[in-house]
Amino acid sequence: MDYFLTEEQQMIRDLAKEIADEKVMPVRAELDEKEEFPWDIMKTLAQSDFMGIYIPEEYGGMGKGGFEFSLAVEELSRACLGVSTSYAANALGTYPILLYGSEAQKKKYLPEIASGQRLVAFGLTEANAGSDAAGVQTTAKLEGNEYVLNGTKQWITNGGEAEIYTIIAMTDKNKGARGASAFIVEKGTPGFTFGKKENKLGIRASSTRELVFENCRIPKENLISKEGMGFIVAMKTLDKSRTGVGAQGVGVAQGAFDAAANYARERHQFGQPVISFQAVQHMLADMATQIEAARALVYSVAKYVDSGMKDVSKESAMAKLFATDVAMKVTIDAVQVMGGAGYMREYPVEKMMRDAKILQIYEGTNQIQRNVIGQALIKETARKKD
Amino acid sequence: MNIIVCIKQVPDTAEIRINPETNTLMREGVPSIINPFDLHALEAGIKIKEQLGGKVLVLTMGPPQAETALREAISIGADEAVLLSDRAFAGSDTWATSYILAQAVRKLGADIIFCGKQAIDGDTAQVGPETAEFLGIPHISYVIKIEEIKDNYIRVQRLMDEGYDIVESGLPVLLTVVKELNQPRMPSLKGKMAAKKAEIKKMGQAEIEADENNIGLKGSPTQVKNIFAPQVKTERKMLAGAPEEQVDALIAELRGIKCL
Repeated sequence: MDYFLTEEQQMIRDLAKEIADEKVMPVRAELDEKEEFPWDIMKTLAQSDFMGIYIPEEYGGMGKGGFEFSLAVEELSRACLGVSTSYAANALGTYPILLYGSEAQKKKYLPEIASGQRLVAFGLTEANAGSDAAGVQTTAKLEGNEYVLNGTKQWITNGGEAEIYTIIAMTDKNKGARGASAFIVEKGTPGFTFGKKENKLGIRASSTRELVFENCRIPKENLISKEGMGFIVAMKTLDKSRTGVGAQGVGVAQGAFDAAANYARERHQFGQPVISFQAVQHMLADMATQIEAARALVYSVAKYVDSGMKDVSKESAMAKLFATDVAMKVTIDAVQVMGGAGYMREYPVEKMMRDAKILQIYEGTNQIQRNVIGQALIKETARKKD
Repeated sequence: MNIIVCIKQVPDTAEIRINPETNTLMREGVPSIINPFDLHALEAGIKIKEQLGGKVLVLTMGPPQAETALREAISIGADEAVLLSDRAFAGSDTWATSYILAQAVRKLGADIIFCGKQAIDGDTAQVGPETAEFLGIPHISYVIKIEEIKDNYIRVQRLMDEGYDIVESGLPVLLTVVKELNQPRMPSLKGKMAAKKAEIKKMGQAEIEADENNIGLKGSPTQVKNIFAPQVKTERKMLAGAPEEQVDALIAELRGIKCL
């Protein structure tokens, strides 16, 4: 379907597609097999200006919005979700600085993020915190001109590979969520090390690691916004990034559909291509319809978020929830359409199915997304009664 | 460092089909691309600019539509582009083309000129070296590695059948490059936007002060009579008998086909 993209938006999508086809597709199986971080692809994306699509021009970016970023994410996800996760996690780590950073912080960090010189990661999740963001146990204590960080973050995407980390830590444990603050920590700071690298079901090209802070001292000016703002910084960051996860869902579903439809045309049974059987056609028809519905929702929400609306939690949760559920269903069905071939590593869809599962889990499980939507509905209904 | 990269717009041979009746190329609807070797030349030029500063100018001779190739080169990282286009240039062979390119380079000025080792349509590998001859400057062909470059000095590796030569030269110099030299980069978004707006400078016979007797069909010593795929005829005859008899028979055979 034609979404009437502007010339620049088409340019972004087409170049992302070119990179996905030429640089990602030929290596995706190997990256998955070897669980190797896609540095070459990250460098290509940096050189082609993709790291700063959503960063304002004054900081060296392209000055575009989340919608343009989503177009790039979708195309990369069509080829490999492991690659697009590494790419999108960079934005997740950048949003706290972009949304709440001081002018000095923006000037210091955004240009090198936009140019792709340094990768970024976002650190919220811990052994006892994730969906429950208030359960963060990592602490940051002000001592003179420095904050001292202690604690362990887990399952951090781009962990170890990134050089800039935006970290949520408690500055006042007694205040619960209101006692959390956001910080910038650079790789190489004494007391900041990396724990084990996870061995994952899918998105194996992306790096997922523990971050360990042991009396890690950072300058006071690395505090993002004010003490106590950490929870809000995290929530607003996730509001911004969720449509990107939705775009990942649309992309991987499209990739799986393309592979399945092609195969169904080539595979013959009972003397005819299997695509000529209604049983297969109906599956493909459902898949294509679900993908298009997901894409329409993700695009609309991305534009809505870019319009500067204040509260976008409900809509961004809807886009993430719907598109990633579609991704899971479509990738499973793509394996089914391809039958035995779909189950084999020689074909790309089994990887897509493994990869897609994370989309229903990370950046807020889809159960949490339903909570977010539910909470917003309660507020809306209450307002209508007044 | 003033760097000129010569490129050629060629039909994408991966997309070409052959007319089964006439055995000729079906060019209709075949997309045009930058000659793949020239992308390596462009990458080499951009890398040197990034290292030493200066500018990269892409130069091509061709019909007006060759502008597309120049804009693509800008999207990849070239700073400026010049299109050599003139009816008087039509029909130029490699000799005339090299003369035209050399005249343009004289006008534009360059410390280093990069070319791909050959174009995938003509496959002559003549235009690079011939251009250097017209300019009266040294050339190094089949460059596989640039070892060092500084003011008025360059040292490169030249690919040979077995191994490589190390060649030193002063500047200006013309280099033709092979694919193993580097990995060409993709276009960038900022480059694409710049390419859209970029002004493509056009130069014709008058601007480059080309002698009309050296250009176009008139200036081309090569006359193409016919293009065909040579038919390979193979016949085999086994000679038997004692070695002396075989030698006699062989001599007789060779005399018979006038090889002796």
